[in-house]
Amino acid sequence: MSESNTHTTTSTDEFIKGLWRENPVFVQVLGMCPVLAVSNTAENALAMGLATAFVLLMSNILVSILRSFIPKEVRIASYILIIATFVTITDYTIQAISVDLHKSLGAFISLIVVNCLILSRAEAFASKNNLGKSIMDALGMGVGFLFALFCLGAVREILGNGTFFGLQLFPDGFQAWIVMILPAGGFFTLAAWLLIFNLVQQRKEAS
Amino acid sequence: MSEPASIPMTSNTKMLSAMVGIGIFCGLLIVLTYEGTLPRVERLRAEALERAIFKVLPGINETKTFSFSDGQFIQTDQSEGTVIYAGYDEAGDFKGIAIEASGQGYADIIKILYGYDPINQIVIGFYVLESKETPGLGDKIEKDENFLANFTALDVTLDDTKSNLINSVIPVKSGTKENAWEVDGITGATISSRAIAEIIDKSAKQWLPIINQNIAQFNE
Repeated sequence: MSESNTHTTTSTDEFIKGLWRENPVFVQVLGMCPVLAVSNTAENALAMGLATAFVLLMSNILVSILRSFIPKEVRIASYILIIATFVTITDYTIQAISVDLHKSLGAFISLIVVNCLILSRAEAFASKNNLGKSIMDALGMGVGFLFALFCLGAVREILGNGTFFGLQLFPDGFQAWIVMILPAGGFFTLAAWLLIFNLVQQRKEAS
Repeated sequence: MSEPASIPMTSNTKMLSAMVGIGIFCGLLIVLTYEGTLPRVERLRAEALERAIFKVLPGINETKTFSFSDGQFIQTDQSEGTVIYAGYDEAGDFKGIAIEASGQGYADIIKILYGYDPINQIVIGFYVLESKETPGLGDKIEKDENFLANFTALDVTLDDTKSNLINSVIPVKSGTKENAWEVDGITGATISSRAIAEIIDKSAKQWLPIINQNIAQFNE
């Protein structure tokens, strides 16, 4: 991870880097379990992205505030405790928003606890930076994660189900690619996006 | 992680107080959120249950909740504990009973609701209330049309003594269903679909005899 503090970075930089240059999915390849598992429809991807971004933001805030209070030896345990708390809060909140949404995400909400993206931001960033920067970092990474998840979810739902946010896109004759909804489709789509992402990146560097 | 030797170890008390402090704070946050969201969650759950009862008992207009104690069914307003839901049509005639049941699925406990028609002695509807089955595979038990078709007329006829099913509800391999008491499985969701058949079988063996022995109590 390139959190070198050799030159001073502004809060905006911290936000922007998560969107593209250090995108958690396309560049850092973090948090692959939810990325592959919950990106089978655009709606699920969006909800999971938002839930993860919320947990990331809240845990970054708390870790940053408590950074001088938490002893080094127990820091990982403390971070997990904090992350797990916000995951539980998210779980209750989603239940209070919609039973159906909770039904479709239920199995994966609790897995946000072990999303290495959140722990890595707590460890690599929030525990070393002030509150303002930590918030911007979490927002950038959260939106970057949401964006990546949505990219995968949209493609998989359109090809695998012929719909987008539940709306029928193709005429009745369309044969959906069932494989895109299955786990294998997650890998295919991720590989395709990584290819596109790296091509764009290379072009940019070459020019 | 190896710390450089020059950094002194934090004292145990400090570590302990940090962990306990964070623990108490986190616990407080969780309790507050739980208490805060509980009324709405309960309301949403009750609404979802109500919708599910109407789904598994097609054609009904009204439901009443019954609890079973001391050998008879008593109408109750509570939805806590072991209760079943009786459905009545527009004319007020007793049409069927929705029963909640649960059992071990592939990932976690699956909670379902099924509709029982005591006149024809069949299961007429099925709905998954809670499941954490794998999205795309195990969760087909909620969506797969062929699978759901199992529960439009699943045979659960009782024997003459009204104390046991003539045929147990048994899961069979996808596409091999021959008898009305068999549940056609789902390819790629074998464990989840078998679990549903077993849950219904167990629950039917427990509830149907007492329902049939006390059937008159629902018509009162």
